[in-house]
Amino acid sequence: MIQNMVHATINGHPVEAPVGTSILDAARGTGIRIPSLCKHADLPPSAACGLCIVKIAGNPRMPRACAMPLQDGMEITTHDGELTEIRRTTLELILSNHPNSCLTCGRNGDCELQTLAAEFGVREDRFPKYVPELPRDCSNGSITIDFKKCIKCGRCVQVCQEVQNVWALSFLERGIHTRMAPAGDISLAESPCIKCGQCAAHCPTGAIVEEDETSTVWAALQDPEKYCSVQIAPSVRVALGEEFGYPAGTNLNLRIYAALRRLGFEAVFDTNFAADLTIMEEATEFVERLVHGKGELPLITSCCPAWTDYMEKFHHDFIDNFSTAKSPQQMLGVMAKTYYSEKAGVDPARHFQVSIMPCTAKKFELERTDEMFASGYQDVDVTLTTRELARLIKQSGIVFGELPDEKADSLLGEYSGAGTIFGTTGGVMEAALRTGYHLVTGENLPADGIEILPVRGLEGVKEAEVDVAGTPVRVAVAHGMANVDKVLEKVREARKRGEEVPYHFIEVMACPGGCIGGGGQPYGISNELRRLRMEGLYQEDHDKALRCSHDNPGIRQIYSDFLEAPGSERAEQLLHTKYKARKAYLR
Amino acid sequence: MEQGKEKDKDTEMSMGTELDYLLEWVESLQDKVREVVAEWEGREGNLIMILHAIQNEFGYLPRGVANELAKEMGISLARIYEVITFYNYFRLEPPGEHRIQVCTGTACYLKGSAELYEEIERHLSVRGGAEGDFQVETVRCIGCCGMAPAIVVDGETHGRLIRQEVAGVLREKRKGGQL
Amino acid sequence: MDTGGIAAGARKVYEALLEARDEARLPLKVEKVGSLGYAFADPVVVFKCESKPPVVFGAMDAASARELVEKHCRAGTLLEDRVMATRERATELDGQKQVSILVKDTGRSGSGDRTTFFQETIREELEYHGMGSRIQVCRALDMGLYQQGVCVQLLPSRVTYANLSAPDVRRIITETLQGGRILEDRLVAGGDPQERIVLRNCGHIDPDELESSLRGGGYRGLVRALSEMSPAEVIEELKTSGLRGRGGAGFPTWLKWLKTREPDADRKYVICNADEGDPGAFMDRSVLEGDPHAVLEGLLIAAYAIGAEKGFFYIRAEYPLAVERVQRALEQAREQGLLGDDILGTGFCFEAEVRLGAGAFVCGEETALIASIEGRRGSPEPRPPYPSVSGLWGRPTSINNVETLAAVPAILDKGGSWYAGFGTEQSRGTKVFAVTGKVRNSQLVEVPMGLPIRTIIEDICGGAGGDVRIKAVQTGGPSGGMIAREHMDTPVTYESLQALGSIMGSGGMLVMDEEDCMVDVAKFYLNFCVDESCGKCAPCRVGGFQMLRLLEKIHAGKGEGGDLEAIRRICRCMQTASLCGLGQTAPNPVLSTLRYFENEYTALIDPETERAGVALASGEDDNPESWERF
Repeated sequence: MIQNMVHATINGHPVEAPVGTSILDAARGTGIRIPSLCKHADLPPSAACGLCIVKIAGNPRMPRACAMPLQDGMEITTHDGELTEIRRTTLELILSNHPNSCLTCGRNGDCELQTLAAEFGVREDRFPKYVPELPRDCSNGSITIDFKKCIKCGRCVQVCQEVQNVWALSFLERGIHTRMAPAGDISLAESPCIKCGQCAAHCPTGAIVEEDETSTVWAALQDPEKYCSVQIAPSVRVALGEEFGYPAGTNLNLRIYAALRRLGFEAVFDTNFAADLTIMEEATEFVERLVHGKGELPLITSCCPAWTDYMEKFHHDFIDNFSTAKSPQQMLGVMAKTYYSEKAGVDPARHFQVSIMPCTAKKFELERTDEMFASGYQDVDVTLTTRELARLIKQSGIVFGELPDEKADSLLGEYSGAGTIFGTTGGVMEAALRTGYHLVTGENLPADGIEILPVRGLEGVKEAEVDVAGTPVRVAVAHGMANVDKVLEKVREARKRGEEVPYHFIEVMACPGGCIGGGGQPYGISNELRRLRMEGLYQEDHDKALRCSHDNPGIRQIYSDFLEAPGSERAEQLLHTKYKARKAYLR
Repeated sequence: MEQGKEKDKDTEMSMGTELDYLLEWVESLQDKVREVVAEWEGREGNLIMILHAIQNEFGYLPRGVANELAKEMGISLARIYEVITFYNYFRLEPPGEHRIQVCTGTACYLKGSAELYEEIERHLSVRGGAEGDFQVETVRCIGCCGMAPAIVVDGETHGRLIRQEVAGVLREKRKGGQL
Repeated sequence: MDTGGIAAGARKVYEALLEARDEARLPLKVEKVGSLGYAFADPVVVFKCESKPPVVFGAMDAASARELVEKHCRAGTLLEDRVMATRERATELDGQKQVSILVKDTGRSGSGDRTTFFQETIREELEYHGMGSRIQVCRALDMGLYQQGVCVQLLPSRVTYANLSAPDVRRIITETLQGGRILEDRLVAGGDPQERIVLRNCGHIDPDELESSLRGGGYRGLVRALSEMSPAEVIEELKTSGLRGRGGAGFPTWLKWLKTREPDADRKYVICNADEGDPGAFMDRSVLEGDPHAVLEGLLIAAYAIGAEKGFFYIRAEYPLAVERVQRALEQAREQGLLGDDILGTGFCFEAEVRLGAGAFVCGEETALIASIEGRRGSPEPRPPYPSVSGLWGRPTSINNVETLAAVPAILDKGGSWYAGFGTEQSRGTKVFAVTGKVRNSQLVEVPMGLPIRTIIEDICGGAGGDVRIKAVQTGGPSGGMIAREHMDTPVTYESLQALGSIMGSGGMLVMDEEDCMVDVAKFYLNFCVDESCGKCAPCRVGGFQMLRLLEKIHAGKGEGGDLEAIRRICRCMQTASLCGLGQTAPNPVLSTLRYFENEYTALIDPETERAGVALASGEDDNPESWERF
């Protein structure tokens, strides 16, 4: 082990770090933060912003801490008067190319550039402004781009091209005219954008933000004609707290229910309920395909709308492999406007359903196909991201930390541990296997086998073989689109060679980490944060008495009262959808 | 030459043939793209060379080419546009019929290339669009520092030029164009 | 016939020569060659006759080409105002009979009247001595001597006299022509300070013919490397030679090769960086156009030393002729087994191809160049990893400049210590410069390093172009700085130029005179860098732009107090925080004009100081000697 460590000094203090650690990270490890606007924990260094320069004894230059690995014997100075002045100048130069519109910006108060300007005590525009007039792109309804605010750090382009392999965003032109723009200089809606929102999650400024729909929700809540109900997605409960000073991963579902009631929602549902419902349909579908040979294998999960969009654009040869089960958001929406409305005596035409999601693509899913109107109305009316919900709560004057715990409404509010882990990569797979096992064997997995550990964690592609009554079921879990491509390629190659497919079941989530790392979650994403949020969900699963979707009494009730059985005609009509090949570029 | 053909066609063109001509052009474009891509197939890092080959053929890189190339090469449109817009040499708009390039190498600059440029612009703007399709641009050092300041008109270099001689050079070109 | 020559009309001259030859049915071989370097005299024709030394004709056109065939070929008659005196001068007559006398007034304005007067006088005097019919007296286009009054060169002996006065004419005839004695007091001793290693074949061989290159000694270095030396020995030879990268930074070539040789990898690459983009620089182009095989040979040797089997020429798309000639050189080398599998039967395999740039100066930066070859935007990447470890497609890659590679074959052929014999302790060998701007004779020169700048500008290129004094010389292009007049005696070495705040750079040498405003020149270079910034890193992208705005403001007379402080602030930021060399060095022209000519800035900002400014702008040296020379 010793030989894999390097030793150096930072600001006179000895540091030790594994070979390959950047000076930036090594310094952070010793309690020193070196400023940067381009380096993101998720991404390799692009070395664009120039703020993280440091001095190394004997080196005439000032290398960037983000890209320079710590080496034995280095004597590093990270902060001194000269470095601060140079950084200040760089920052002032960046600011001269950025509008002073903080007050009307989506990132006001939570902006990396604004924070640095405050830390450096910038009090005037040292250099005259140069901010060319570029129209905003609000074309796709999920995320909006204000090109004027872009500081060309390159994070969004890196994440879109390298992590997601979507290539919806790119840099055009060069020099001072360099600009970030959707592929081929078209609008975002015409581009291959899958609305995952990872660009927004990684943007240090307000250049890319979610389409804010809090006003629409306020208007609905205000409208006496409307009956407003709401659902919250699994991963929201372990992330929202970050906006209110809670440690990451704190599960606040009960308090969120209370907040939503105080905001004026008449019914508060939990998307976890619908996650259990999705599992019932999807696991049934899987068993049909696996055991009865009805349909293509592998079965591929479809509850991530960004992934669905990606598949329709780039992998439509896999349409037949897609689970036709709708996502939990859409299942809950349609159940709210049919089953619940009927039970509660609410006119579905008046019923206004809001979903709270970790995700920008969920906004797009609302009108994705005709099947999203299965209730006869738009099944879910508005999607708010976790960040928007935080704003909504702040706008309402509710002091979140002082709320009591409350319960969700019973009909669409109960959930199993399987439902809650939907919010993390591997969770859908684990939940489906728990129920699939039951469908095949008639029994639950033994207590010591209910947690399917190989599909957990942040590894980009996770593979596992699970024994289901003597049948080895090969599964793969991928998150981050570039990882998904690798898995699908493997399947394609096996097909081409006429071999047995490498997997029976594949789970896909577009965002790294799954929904807990979604594009609509509180800012500052990193693997550390993903782990904490993930931990929050697994903890809840662990603590639940009921770990399997099919054991959820609410689910049993809805099938007996309303849906008959998984895959029934009614279930097909309300809970399933279709896919079609789409053009990646509309222009 | 492309333009010349276009104009001949213009005169005898009904709506139908115009469409035919357009389709023909698009087809020739697609053919060219396929041909060039095939030629470079299997060689790493061929994008810039392919773009060069296509621009040599059409004088610029029409949008359709980028789409077609993305399809043929299996790379994203974003990558192609990133490259086209980064490099000065590639153009997304068709070039003018006559091309005047004013060298802005250091030697030419010191010896008054900026003045020459102004003078050319003045001449062309005075004459207006009627004089047809002159396109003036500044270019990097053309390597004739010994003849500074120099301009290139349709590939022909005119060196040691002074402001007063610009009119003559342009006049000659116009006459030449008409003949 | 290089780009410059062709632009000046070399094709017409070539065609006229062919036509006249055919008409006259002369056994004359007309060959196309690259540039000799005399850009000021383009188009140039060299006439070679086995029994006689070659004669160089400049400023040719179709008519004079015809005349050359009709008069010179047949009767040896020289063409008025076309002949260039040879720079190799003799100190004795060697018993030959002189047949012609070249004459020219080499003073600053080079008055044609005095030249003609001397021509007439010499003629009359010859008549008087009964030699009028035997000896032609011809006005020379260029004597290769400057500010040395009226000069004559006697041919074929090449004895050259300078600073002649009227009474000397008779002495030349009676003492030298008749008496066979040299006029020691008028003799120009010493030949050309130039030393042609890189340009050894330029202007002498047909770049389109491998045969011609072989006759010029081409591929001898390769043969020696492949047949007698191990790769390690090749690198050792380079180490002995002291060759440093000629692209600007001056990194030792042997070390670069060694670092690429060391890592284990399935593939390695060598790249010839021919993305010469400095405004006013045409060294690399001239070499590629004049002797492409030398560069290819250098690349082959580099590949052998490093263990690469694949190479690329990355050439500016703006150099179509260079591209064409390199392409042809590759084909010919392939046909002759100098490229491909089992080269010269030694088992060494190497393939090379041409990749074009597309108009991006930043692609001269190694990581950007790699990105460009890979088909991406030419944005630099942070280093480490260095290209020698992880370069093209992640493989160890050595990138070498054209001039560096062209020097390699000569080093292998004649030995590293031979090469190290030129230049200085730290800066070995020769360097090619493209001297342009306000200089009498714009041209390409190759000199041993350590030669004073003054020698290059005055003795080789003739000093100021007009009647105004030279103010400064800029080296290193947009990354370089000014050498003010008072530092003209500085020797050209990597270290001495750096000490003055400039750099060696790739070899552009721009001469500026008193009429040139230094703020404007700084603005020109900065504008270039702003245009060419890749836009990736903030210090360069925004810093350059904001600094340019400030310079424009000052130049327009709208400068304010604090502007210079802001400029210095941005300079510091760009130098330290830019990602690549382009941004780090972009402030150099601004900083160096501020260092030597701050008064020109302040005069523009505060007109009160203008009067003093002009006086100071011309520098503090009132050395009458330098007054005289410039």
